[in-house]
Amino acid sequence: MTSVSTPPRATSSLAQVNRPRIFGDAMTIAWRNLVNVRRNPQLLAFATIQPVIFILNFRYVFGGAISTRSLGGTSYVNYLMPGIFVQTVVFGALTTAVGLAGDLNLGIIERFKSLPIARSAVLTGRTTADLARNLFVMILMCLIGFAVDWRIQSDVWGLLAAVLLILAFSYALSWIFAFVGLSVKDAETAQAASFPILAPLVFASSAFIPVQTMPGWLQPWVKHQPVSVVCNAARDLTLGLPAGSDVLKASAWIVGIVAVFAPLAVRKYRKVT
Amino acid sequence: MTTGQPAILAEGLVKRFGDITALGGVSFEVPVGKVLGLLGPNGAGKTTAVRILTTLLRPDAGSAHVLGVDVTVDPHTVRGSIGLAGQYAAVDENLTASENLKMVGRLTHMPATDIGPRGRELLQQFALGDAADRVVRTFSGGMRRRLDLAASLMHRPPVLLLDEPTTGLDPQGRSELWDVIEDLTAEGVTVLLTTQYLEEADQLADYIVVVDHGLVIAEGTVSALKAQLGATVIEVALRSVDEATVAATKLESVGPVAIDGKVVHVTLLDGDGGAAMLETVRALDGAQLQPATLVLREPTLDDVFLELTGHVAEQAVENGTDVPVPGGRRRRRRRS
Repeated sequence: MTSVSTPPRATSSLAQVNRPRIFGDAMTIAWRNLVNVRRNPQLLAFATIQPVIFILNFRYVFGGAISTRSLGGTSYVNYLMPGIFVQTVVFGALTTAVGLAGDLNLGIIERFKSLPIARSAVLTGRTTADLARNLFVMILMCLIGFAVDWRIQSDVWGLLAAVLLILAFSYALSWIFAFVGLSVKDAETAQAASFPILAPLVFASSAFIPVQTMPGWLQPWVKHQPVSVVCNAARDLTLGLPAGSDVLKASAWIVGIVAVFAPLAVRKYRKVT
Repeated sequence: MTTGQPAILAEGLVKRFGDITALGGVSFEVPVGKVLGLLGPNGAGKTTAVRILTTLLRPDAGSAHVLGVDVTVDPHTVRGSIGLAGQYAAVDENLTASENLKMVGRLTHMPATDIGPRGRELLQQFALGDAADRVVRTFSGGMRRRLDLAASLMHRPPVLLLDEPTTGLDPQGRSELWDVIEDLTAEGVTVLLTTQYLEEADQLADYIVVVDHGLVIAEGTVSALKAQLGATVIEVALRSVDEATVAATKLESVGPVAIDGKVVHVTLLDGDGGAAMLETVRALDGAQLQPATLVLREPTLDDVFLELTGHVAEQAVENGTDVPVPGGRRRRRRRS
């Protein structure tokens, strides 16, 4: 009779088979999230068209109002592009929150939690997929940038280093927004909750406008907040300026954000029902 | 050897959400290869019990074991041996049916070579073969539910937990799903099934535990519950109230009678409905009474539920208006 022999066999073999696979499980979740991006043209459009519009807008509409003197002699497009990159990944991090909140609402997180997977897998899978999406968007933006006369003043290594730094920053931000996404009720709330966090980071930063043009009381925040620091580092790297101290500061922010928000997000994930 | 050990064992489960007690000390067990029906209205605590057994919630008190493994001590092993399909059909809308199964196969660490064939086998079995490569967004509710169930079966779990698997399905979808579940139990899978549909428990379960407001209020096999709580009744409808009064006195020899307008109810104290029916017909004939209708009615689980809880199972009210409660939180129901 199979009903008698089934459970003992199943228990022992499943216990062996089902050790969590931290990397493999995360890759499966990442695959699933990337298929989702591909199947959801609106999401992909948002991720790609929006930064292109930002580039064209700042390059040709607002760009003329900014004096090259305040930029230390470089052209505005060269100043702007690293800032647009960072702005794009910052706003892109919102999709981490929206995606997780959506999964939570649809009961998919419930299914994942009932499977014998690593506790971190759903979140690392999500952040890894977002990293891949950001890489795609960054490549696209580089091409658009070159088309509107953006020129690297350093060399290809400087560009690569800048791109890597921005991607690392985007990964760190994903953890913040994973936490946000797990803390709210649904995707719409996730979107609404994320914007107030994002806007002051992006607009009160050196992303589009030199810090010196801002009011004195605002400058200390603007100079040291993570978006500015990463923008400055990426700018140094692409303009061929000494980048050491800015890169160090940016790295400190990135490591700090992950160190704080990855455990917070994983803890939230465990508790969330 | 663990022969005789139940596949699912819940002992004194207590779970509170704030000041609401979702489970107030619930115990039950499911022998290997059997189907237990956890029956109760919305908010009875059924989903909370399932969420504890599937390691999604920790009980405040009491313990739960699946195949002898404590769900709070070794949740990971428990997750490896259970399949969960719920009322929310947790499938990824943007993946195809076969991609959904592939994902679950990978996450349950099935051998890579087994995932494809197993997925195709399940899709065939659940009549989703033609829809294998369609994105789930385009599926009907019944198809989603079948896919959800298929996903929960990918890794051949010996224990299956079905949380209101047919809620919100049309009658055809429901009967299709019932067929599938019956096939599974024939294969020796242990099933815990929650439902607020009395006929569903009647149809599928070997043993029923009735819960209401977080407590077990009755349990037993379907036939034992019926025998215990709902007696067989003969209903005789006469043509007038006067006739009913006459008939009632004549039928007192058959069993205790009650008059409800033109209808006389005769409760049968022993099980032999046929003999009692014959006796009823003779008594009526002897009094020259011709009934409008004459019915021998077996008790339904609705009767059982009414008897136990003092209120009607709320399926009629809930049908079509049921709103999924996020997180499976217990929702208070007004007693009728």
